[in-house]
Amino acid sequence: MIKTDILIIGAGPTGLFAVFEAGLHQLKCHLIDALPQAGGQCSEIYPKKPIYDIPGFPEVLAGELVDNLLAQIKPFQPGFTLGERAETIERLEDDSFLVTTNLGTKHQAPIVAIAGGLGSFEPRKPLLQNLKKYEDNGVDYMIKDPEVFRNKRVVIAGGGDSALDWSIFLSNLASEVTLIHRRNEFRGALDSVEKVQKLKNEGKINLVTPAEIVALKGKNTLEAVTIRKSENPLEDYDLETDNFIPLFGLSPKLGPIADWGLEIEKNAIKVNTFDYQTNIAGIYAIGDVNTYPGKLKLILCGFHEATLMCQSAYQRIFPDKKYVMKYTTVGGVQGFDGSIKEATKSVVKSID
Amino acid sequence: MTDVKIKIIDREGISHIVDAPTDMNMNLMELVRSYELAPEGTIGICGGMAMCASCQCYVISEHKLSEKSNEEEAMLAEAFYAQDNSRLGCQIRITEVIDGLEVTLAPES
Repeated sequence: MIKTDILIIGAGPTGLFAVFEAGLHQLKCHLIDALPQAGGQCSEIYPKKPIYDIPGFPEVLAGELVDNLLAQIKPFQPGFTLGERAETIERLEDDSFLVTTNLGTKHQAPIVAIAGGLGSFEPRKPLLQNLKKYEDNGVDYMIKDPEVFRNKRVVIAGGGDSALDWSIFLSNLASEVTLIHRRNEFRGALDSVEKVQKLKNEGKINLVTPAEIVALKGKNTLEAVTIRKSENPLEDYDLETDNFIPLFGLSPKLGPIADWGLEIEKNAIKVNTFDYQTNIAGIYAIGDVNTYPGKLKLILCGFHEATLMCQSAYQRIFPDKKYVMKYTTVGGVQGFDGSIKEATKSVVKSID
Repeated sequence: MTDVKIKIIDREGISHIVDAPTDMNMNLMELVRSYELAPEGTIGICGGMAMCASCQCYVISEHKLSEKSNEEEAMLAEAFYAQDNSRLGCQIRITEVIDGLEVTLAPES
């Protein structure tokens, strides 16, 4: 059981910044995210795109913003449960919450802050018959443990960075890697495209373009995929394979959180603008996942919401304590790792 | 202020004729959101960077629209339910040229 002060669901920019604000109150945080890395949309969808409206940053790449946030919160030693989706919530006898993920990891905290953005990212599944039958039976949408593909024949479909990157990675591990895409052009980092070209020339990646998978075959587990390379379906052919990995991107779904008894409006969680608490006391919602009159889905608004949420969370955990807000310039930052950041004292010295 | 009329058939098949301003630097995806013709969170997920295809639509009128950029072509190549007349709404700017445009929103995917 993981125990913490504030359990944050969603490790995007808002969730990450909440760790900092909580840390200033000496409150510890743990984050759960369905993606295998922190950063939410900033890391998953547009890491190389610039953002121009982060105060104090005339321009910052989304990926850099995430790196900066992770550096900023490092002294507060946040815990992470990544690649798992928060599934259920229960209120315990001591009024704290127990949140369990889809893989059964349990987390307990007096405060839950949902910073889930548009929801947890679920893989977009190709429109193929029998797809369900082969899920976890040869078809995977995410690669959590590459080792399972060692010495296997693998077919990857998709035209973006993840299709390219995994083809490159698995070319050293799998016995056979086939990459299939509807076009000859790929949409990814130039470096990855060039690497795939090189591996193709070396015969380490079998590239089939323009083409698409139109059927899956196999008695109990996946044994072959049917490839359509021309307009004429009569020319379809089968390729024997152990695994098929469709990588067509991810789309966010509010998911199980929608069944937690929270008031939902337009796919977002209703909160009050006093402290961004939901209709359930102790559960807050911050960032893109919440809604209130005048709501704007901006990272900078998420930061503000995280800050006010932490104030309220502190009062809830310590109802008898008085908290006086201190500027970091005055109070410095004292990490849980023993690190102290503070302004250098100015010299008071007479000049003769 | 100049408005153009655009016909949008939503994902339930209901047809809407809406006024679209040409002087607000808007695109078709934003227009759909401003009239709430698709549920929030199911359209414009990437914000309009041609990186998610949640705003895919089919152009059914004969309008001559701006050419697709490489990014839009690449995204549509990965999108489901794509057809020859598929476009990403976020890449269609609201200008006088598209007055009378008719589009159908692609299914959510």
